[in-house]
Amino acid sequence: MSNVNATGESAGPRPVPDAADEDSIVPIFKAYTVSAAAWLVFATCIGLIVALKFPYPDLLTAPAFSFGRLRAIHTNDAFYAWAAPALLGLALFTAVRSCGVRLYSPMLAWISLGLINVAAVCGTIALDLGYNAGDQEYREWPDWIRMILAAAFVLTAWNMLATVRGRRDTDLYVSNWYTISGVLWTIIIFSVVLIPWYQYGLGQVAVQGYFMHNAVGMSFTPLALGTLYYALPKLLNRPIYSYALGVLAFWTNLAFYPILGAHHFLFSPLPWWFQTLAIVASVAMMVPVLGGSANFLLTMSGQGDWLHRSPAMFILVGILCYLTGSAQGTIEALRSMQQIWHLTNFTVGHSHLTMYGFITFAIWGGVYALLPQATGRTAPDLALGIHFWFSTIGVVIYVLSLSIGGTEQGLDWLRGAPFIQSVVDQAPYWLWRAVGGGMMVAGHLVFAFNVAIMVGWPGRQAAADLGPAEVAA
Amino acid sequence: MTPRDRMLVAIFGTSASAYVALSMAMAVLPGIWLSQTPPGPGVVKLTQQQAMGRRVYIAEGCAYCHTQQVRPLSTDTIFGRAAAPGDFAYQTPELLGSERTGPDLSNIGTRQPSTVWQFMHLYEPRSVVKQSIMPAFPWLFRVVDKAPEGAAAVPVPKEYAPTQGVVVPTAKAEALVAYLEALKQPALPGAPSAPAAAPPPAAPPAAATPAGGFDAAAGATLFAANCAVCHGDQGAGVPGAFPSLVGDPVVNDADAATHIRTVLRGLSGKTIGGTKYDAAMPPFAEAINDQQIADIVDHERSSWGNKAPLITAKDVAGQRGQH
Repeated sequence: MSNVNATGESAGPRPVPDAADEDSIVPIFKAYTVSAAAWLVFATCIGLIVALKFPYPDLLTAPAFSFGRLRAIHTNDAFYAWAAPALLGLALFTAVRSCGVRLYSPMLAWISLGLINVAAVCGTIALDLGYNAGDQEYREWPDWIRMILAAAFVLTAWNMLATVRGRRDTDLYVSNWYTISGVLWTIIIFSVVLIPWYQYGLGQVAVQGYFMHNAVGMSFTPLALGTLYYALPKLLNRPIYSYALGVLAFWTNLAFYPILGAHHFLFSPLPWWFQTLAIVASVAMMVPVLGGSANFLLTMSGQGDWLHRSPAMFILVGILCYLTGSAQGTIEALRSMQQIWHLTNFTVGHSHLTMYGFITFAIWGGVYALLPQATGRTAPDLALGIHFWFSTIGVVIYVLSLSIGGTEQGLDWLRGAPFIQSVVDQAPYWLWRAVGGGMMVAGHLVFAFNVAIMVGWPGRQAAADLGPAEVAA
Repeated sequence: MTPRDRMLVAIFGTSASAYVALSMAMAVLPGIWLSQTPPGPGVVKLTQQQAMGRRVYIAEGCAYCHTQQVRPLSTDTIFGRAAAPGDFAYQTPELLGSERTGPDLSNIGTRQPSTVWQFMHLYEPRSVVKQSIMPAFPWLFRVVDKAPEGAAAVPVPKEYAPTQGVVVPTAKAEALVAYLEALKQPALPGAPSAPAAAPPPAAPPAAATPAGGFDAAAGATLFAANCAVCHGDQGAGVPGAFPSLVGDPVVNDADAATHIRTVLRGLSGKTIGGTKYDAAMPPFAEAINDQQIADIVDHERSSWGNKAPLITAKDVAGQRGQH
C-alpha cells in the first residue's frame, strides 16, 4: 500500500515542466474544459425549457421542443457532453502533473475529445428526431452512438495508463486510483448494457437498475473524487488528511456500490431478495461516503480564514452535497421511505443534489484550482463569486422545492386523493424549481466567461495573475 | 515487469476484475435469468400496429412521466393489480419508468377504453382535463377540410380546435392509441373478480359533513378520481364527445336503477338529447365496491343543480344481481 510520501508532489515544489509537456497537456486540458463548458450552457438551457414546461405546458409545442425529447437531451448532454469531458480533462491533467511526466499521447487525447463531441452532437440530434433507444435513463442515445462514447473512454484509459506508467516512484498517487479505475469501470458499464442477449423484459429491468445507478456512482463519482484528491491539496498547499482513508473509501465504494442499483425498482416484480440486497448495500455505502467526506473536510479544517475567498468553496459545497446526497440516497432506499418518495419529484431533487451539487461543483472546484496552474490565468474574484452564489442558491432552491413538493406528491397518493390533485399541488414547487434552474443557468454563463478568461481568449493583454514561480508552486 | 508496472497491475487489475465480477453478479446473471421469465396467463404479444404505437410512445418520451409498474402498495391500487413478473415477457425495451408525474398506464386500456377520449387528450390534454400539464401532441394529427370517408374527426372543443377544418389522427396517433388500448392487465388466476373491500379513500376532513345521508366528501373524491376526466369536474361533459350529467334525465330519474346500472356496466353508442355519443364508458363493477359506487351516484344526484333521491350501497348490490 502506498503512503503519504506519495503525495509529496502535491504539497511541495515541483520542477517546472519542460516546454514539450506544456505544449501537450495544456492545450488539451483547455480544450476539454472549453468543450465541456459550452455543452454545460447548452444542456442546462434545455433543462430550463424542460422545467418551464411544467408550469406552462403549452410553451413551445413542436416536436423538436417537446418535453419527452428535450428531457433526454438535457440529461444525456449533462452527463456525457458536460461532466464526462470536463472530468476526463481534469483526470488527464492530474495524471500528468501528479506523476511529473508527459502525456503519453496527445493524439489519443484529441481523438477522445473529438469522439465525445461527435457522440454528443449525434445523440442530441437523434433524440430530437425521436430516435430514443427506450426511454431508459442515461442510455437513450442509440447503441452506435454510445459505442462512439465508449471508444472515447477506451482511448482515454489507454492514454492514462501509459502516462502514469512513466512515473518515477513505485507508488501511484491516490487520485489516479480513482480516475483511472473510474474510466475502466465506465467501459465495463457501457459494455454490459450494450450487449443485448440478457436484456429481455424483466431481465432488462435488472440491467437498467444496475446501469442507471452505476453510471453515476462508478463513473462520475470516482472521477470527481480522484480530481478532488489532487485539486484540494494543490489549492490549500497542504497534503490530504489521510491517504489511507482515501484508499479505504476506494475499495469500499467498489465493494458496495455495484450492488445497490436495484433500489430503483423496489416493490417491482424483481425478486424480493434482489431488492433487499440493494437496500443493504445502500446502507453500507455510508462507509465510503463518510470516509471520503471526512477526509476532505479534515483536509480543509483550520483554513476558514481564507477558504471563503477561494475556489475551495466549490469543493466544500461539492463535498457537503456528496455527503447529504448520499445520505439522502440511503434513506430513500429504505422501503418505508420509498413508499412516499419513489416515483415522485423527490427523486429528481436527489439526482440534482448529487449530479449537480456534488459532481458539477467538484468539477468547478477542480477547474478553478487547476486550469490556472496550466495557463497562468485566474478568473476574476468577482466573477468567481457571482458564479458560486448563483449556482449555490439556485441548486438549494431547486432541491428544496422538489424535495418538499415530492413529499407532498407522495402524501397525496398515500391519502388516496384523486391523482390529478398530486399534479395541481405541485404547481408552486415547479415554478420555484424553474426559478432555481434559471439561477443555475445564469451561473453557468458566468462560468463560461471565467473559462474564457482562464484559457486566455480575451487576448494576450489580459494580464496573467500568477507569475511563473507561482504557476510552478 | 518493473515494480512500477506491478503496482499498476495490482491496483487496476484488481479494481477492474472485481468490478467485472460484481457486474456479472448484479446485472448479467440476473439479466440472463430474468429474461427467461415466461409470459403470465393472458399476456399476449402486441400486434404490428400496437408495436408501432409502442415505438411512438418511446420516441415521444411518454415513459418519463408515466410508469408501467403497479406496486403492491395502497397508493397504487387505483391503477390496477400489482404487477407480476410474467406481465413483462414481451416488453423490450422495458418501460417501467422512474417517475409518475402522470398516472400509471399498466392498465389504461381497461381504465379508459374510449378511443375518442384518447385522441382528444393526445391532441390537447387540457381539452378534457383542464388541470393536466401533459404536453399536447398536435403533430400526431392532421387538420383537413373534411374527414375522409369512413373516418371520424376528433371532436376537439371549440376553444382548442383549429380555426378552420377538422382534426383527424395520423397513422402514428392511431397506432399509439391502439397500443394504449392494448395495455390491459390480464386477471391473475385465483384473484377475486370483484373488489371485496377496496380501501376507501382517506377519511374525509371534518369540515365536509355528510349532506343528505351520504358521505359527500368521499363522493366528490371518487367522482374526481374516476369520472371527471370525461364528464368534467363540474359534470358538464364535453359537447359532442362526453355527455353532461347536469340535468340529465337518467341522473335525475327518481328510479335510480338505470343510473346505477350505467356506472356498474358502462355504456357506449347511446343517443342523449339528439346527440349520439360514440365514446365508450368503462364498467366500474370490478374496479370499485358498492359503497364507492353509491357515493359516486349520490354525488351526481345531488350536485350541479341535480336533485334526485339518493341511494345506498344496498341498492347497488341489488343492481349487481340483475341482468
